[in-house]
Amino acid sequence: MKDVTQPSRRQLLTLIGKMGGAAAMYQAMTTLGHAAETQFSGPPVLSGARPGASVVVLGAGLAGMVAAYELEKAGYQVKILEFQDRPGGRNYTLRGGDTFTESSGAVQKVQFGPGNYINPGPWRIPHHHNCLLHYCRQFGVALEPFIQLNHNGFIHSSEAFGGKPQRYKAVATDFRGHTSELLAKAANAKVLDGSVSAEDKEKLLEALRHWGVLDDNMAYTSSVAVSAQRGYDRPPGGGVDGAPVPSQIAKLGDVLDPQVWTAMSFYFNYVMQTTMFQPVGGMDMIGKAFAAQVGKLITYNAKVTKVAQNGKGVTVSYKDVPSGKMNSVSADWCVCTIPLSIISQVEMQVGPKLAAAMKAVPYAGQLKMGLEFKRRFWEEDDNIYGGHSFTDQPIAQLSYPNDRFFSSGPAVLLGAFARDAGAFELTGMTPQERIEAALAQGEIFHPQYRKEFLNGVSVPWSRVPWILGCTSRWSEENRAAHYQNLVAIDGRVVLAGEHASYYGGWMEGSLLSGLDAITRIHQRTQAA
Amino acid sequence: MSLRRALILIPPLLALLAAPGHADTPGGVQAKNKAADGEKVYKQICAACHMPDAMGSGGGAIPALAKDKKLADPAYPIAVVTKGKGAMPPMGDMLSSAQMAAVITYVRTHFGNSYAQPVTEADVKRVAKAGGSAE
Repeated sequence: MKDVTQPSRRQLLTLIGKMGGAAAMYQAMTTLGHAAETQFSGPPVLSGARPGASVVVLGAGLAGMVAAYELEKAGYQVKILEFQDRPGGRNYTLRGGDTFTESSGAVQKVQFGPGNYINPGPWRIPHHHNCLLHYCRQFGVALEPFIQLNHNGFIHSSEAFGGKPQRYKAVATDFRGHTSELLAKAANAKVLDGSVSAEDKEKLLEALRHWGVLDDNMAYTSSVAVSAQRGYDRPPGGGVDGAPVPSQIAKLGDVLDPQVWTAMSFYFNYVMQTTMFQPVGGMDMIGKAFAAQVGKLITYNAKVTKVAQNGKGVTVSYKDVPSGKMNSVSADWCVCTIPLSIISQVEMQVGPKLAAAMKAVPYAGQLKMGLEFKRRFWEEDDNIYGGHSFTDQPIAQLSYPNDRFFSSGPAVLLGAFARDAGAFELTGMTPQERIEAALAQGEIFHPQYRKEFLNGVSVPWSRVPWILGCTSRWSEENRAAHYQNLVAIDGRVVLAGEHASYYGGWMEGSLLSGLDAITRIHQRTQAA
Repeated sequence: MSLRRALILIPPLLALLAAPGHADTPGGVQAKNKAADGEKVYKQICAACHMPDAMGSGGGAIPALAKDKKLADPAYPIAVVTKGKGAMPPMGDMLSSAQMAAVITYVRTHFGNSYAQPVTEADVKRVAKAGGSAE
């Protein structure tokens, strides 16, 4: 029944907006269940651009292209300079026939069959990255589910379970069961009596009994009920042998291995929660969709060497890489999306605060590998359809293809998504050595590896010549000292990109940063 | 033993979890790199970016360590390795003080550098503790 004295949601928000301003309004909207997913509430409305106002954008990645797209739509004259011979930046896909040359000079030719690919950079899209999803919708980029959490994937630790891979569903159930039993013991031993009321203690014990699938003695033991979560030795069937045979639970000591609970907590992360998506046919469908809008504005093979500015505008010098010829372009404003890992190659005429900020951001150096196999043995033999397996070896994880399930013929799985020391170790190898390492480490999960292997490619981001790193990784200290200086407009120059966001390494961060930068430029223009 | 006391006694496993909650990174934990001698640490960690011949890449974006006069005072490379510099992340989460000492000693005596005085684990710990940046 509706209480007639209660204001409508809209009335309440209007009132709060009037009294407390936008911040209070946003807070209130969040409390009422609106808005909390993203800071994106629609593309910027840049009305009333001055005729002839111009912007030069450095970099045709997503930050640069979204900036150019919205600026041009608003009436600005826009040019984009791009170092590579393609749009998209880190938003790209490797397919059969593509060539990848590392900064070391090592050349890999991708040998995947038709339709197979890997996304070396971004590869999954959270359901709440509304800015990215907005443009996918607008440009007609077809998306399909990215199978993130797969209960039938494996986890592997060299320190537990005798080094044998375990199914996620089994060890996650065991972790929950064992810890529930321990907590129940503590509660029953009155250890928690200072912390919970008698009533809450009863509720807690009831929760633990069901949540942890404990037996009548509040113990976690092997049973058909437990197997109904962790999996059976013989699953339920029909007829004479229809009765299930339960599996044996793992020991507490094994289950407490950090590989178990970090795999579980991984999926609790806001950015890792299902539902997730990927573009049909490869991540570069997004970059290509943007390029279909702004491609005519892009000058490719342009290596920016200098950004000069005075009070009225900017002049950007660049080299046409194939010919070596120097050129320049002038504009009222510059949006620079060049990654900070290589910005030192550009002479930037900016103030000391921005200059210091540009040098203050560490980059992560992840590595991905795509391995092509003759058949989908992970589906056919192991019942794994998409999702991940985790290991404490340098390759860190396997990820299974999320598309064309049940198809026959060669398929590509992600044979490594390495980070930190593991990524450096693999990066330091030759491409051939990396393949051997990925096979040796991956066959712990799948003994079929050697028999079914066809070919593979590795992308070590520390050796990708146009970025020499993967993504920004701000520390809290650096962010406190430098973030606002990094994103502030410096005369006629403003930086954008994932490094200029709180969503480092995500396409959403690049887009939100690009939109924020041009919104502020537009405001300055209007105020002038 | 109280619960609080027990928590304090847990070994720093969390150092393995360098991945911040916001980034797109692999899940799970990684075994620590166990390379003990400086040459191996260089090959398995540093060579990824500084290259096997220590010549760096990207026209100085990743600097060469070969014939590097800045290595003369060990305090400088210790500060860079422990605290990071520019795009280079701090290595303390990935490597032990002993590993960092070994690899700094190795680089200071190879690749056309000849600064014979070894860097010790204690040197690394002292600089790491002192705080500040490597600028």
